[in-house]
Amino acid sequence: MNGIHDMGGMQDMGPIQREKNEPVFHEAWEGRICAINRAIGAWGKWSIDASRYGIELLPPADYLRMSYYEKWLTRNVELLVKRGMVTRSEIETGKPAPGSQKVTPSLTAAAVPAVAGRRGNFMRPEAEAKARFEVGQPVRARNMNPVGHTRLPRYARGKNGTIFRHHGIFVFPDTNALFLGEQPQHLYSVRFTARELWGDDASPRDSVYLDMWDSYLDHA
Amino acid sequence: MADDKTSVDRRGFLKYAATGAVAAAVPSSMHAQEHDHDHDHDHQVVPSDPALRTKALESLLVEKGLVDRAALDALVDAYENKIGPRNGARVVARAWVDSAYKERLLNNAPAAIAELGYLAAQDEHLIVVENSPKVHNLVVCTLCSCYPWPILGLPPVWYKSAPYRSRAVIDPRGVLREFGLELPEHVEVRVSDSTAELRYLVLPERPAGTEKMTEEELAALVTRDAMIGAAKIASPPGGKA
Repeated sequence: MNGIHDMGGMQDMGPIQREKNEPVFHEAWEGRICAINRAIGAWGKWSIDASRYGIELLPPADYLRMSYYEKWLTRNVELLVKRGMVTRSEIETGKPAPGSQKVTPSLTAAAVPAVAGRRGNFMRPEAEAKARFEVGQPVRARNMNPVGHTRLPRYARGKNGTIFRHHGIFVFPDTNALFLGEQPQHLYSVRFTARELWGDDASPRDSVYLDMWDSYLDHA
Repeated sequence: MADDKTSVDRRGFLKYAATGAVAAAVPSSMHAQEHDHDHDHDHQVVPSDPALRTKALESLLVEKGLVDRAALDALVDAYENKIGPRNGARVVARAWVDSAYKERLLNNAPAAIAELGYLAAQDEHLIVVENSPKVHNLVVCTLCSCYPWPILGLPPVWYKSAPYRSRAVIDPRGVLREFGLELPEHVEVRVSDSTAELRYLVLPERPAGTEKMTEEELAALVTRDAMIGAAKIASPPGGKA
């Protein structure tokens, strides 16, 4: 989806605001929603790709206005409802529906130290997938504009680059985000010169590296 | 895909956003586009304040047994106190003092980082890129906020912000200038946009005047921003006595 989240290359977003001695969380609720996000994720009812797509579905004005964790909060509520873990009316009333069954939490405090810094493994070396490219080959990023989720940013579409590194076979986010399966593909680091991406005003020495799945690319 | 009503709503919303009136308004939520509406309410019975909404959500999830409150406490504690940039700093310092370790780190970062006891890094997809007098690396995630959590902790707000995400790829030198780092023309800038599950850590240059410092002292010099590539590491004042 050509959404506001795909902002690489935009220029009028203002100065970068840095904060000295920034706390991990600015308010207690930010820590809580961050933790809730991890704990409900442990149910395995959605993938990290569906989770990202949940944020991309926010209307652009909301996306820009909301704080980071407000986006997480909204996204998590939507995913919980969409996957049938809570109902809309439970969210509205803040109470479990009468007669609803209580379950046992998927993530316990005892398990937290082992999972807190972990995201899971997205490599699928056993999957059958053909690598159409090898390191050093010239490639062109496809000009595609899917309405769903994709990790191919607009600024690289249609541009020529070179395969810099082969990462192996990874879960394909474009299908996984939509609950259409992992459909793993080979993943590469592709180098694009700054001039190819941004024109002659860019430095002739600079470049941008993007990680790209096999089906994002054509031979150039 | 959107029906007419949604399109009108969204245009209206953008108009309010432009005037700033939206700041005080109830957030429109994405479910409005996802289920059929034949009524006109906004579903915001719970307060719109995210602190209150989070509190209500937590109580509901605890009551339903979907989350364990003690697990949430432990997670917050881990994010605030256990995982953070000091982990990355130790990795950098080790690479500075041990060239064989540096080699392993550049070739297989997860395994090399796990050597130092950060086992969470073991199954991470991590790549370490090295800065030198000729090459400067900068890491960004233009599409969201991908960041090497196990070794740097949660990202700072600026890393997740629109100004950084939008400009890091088109004007990395300008961004670095904003951070107070002016790179000479002859230095090659390499920006890594974290578009997949690979996470990038910058191995900064070891500053001059640190030859006699211990690994621990070196680790104390390493900053989070330098491991993102947004800064260099300054020589210690007056070098080591």
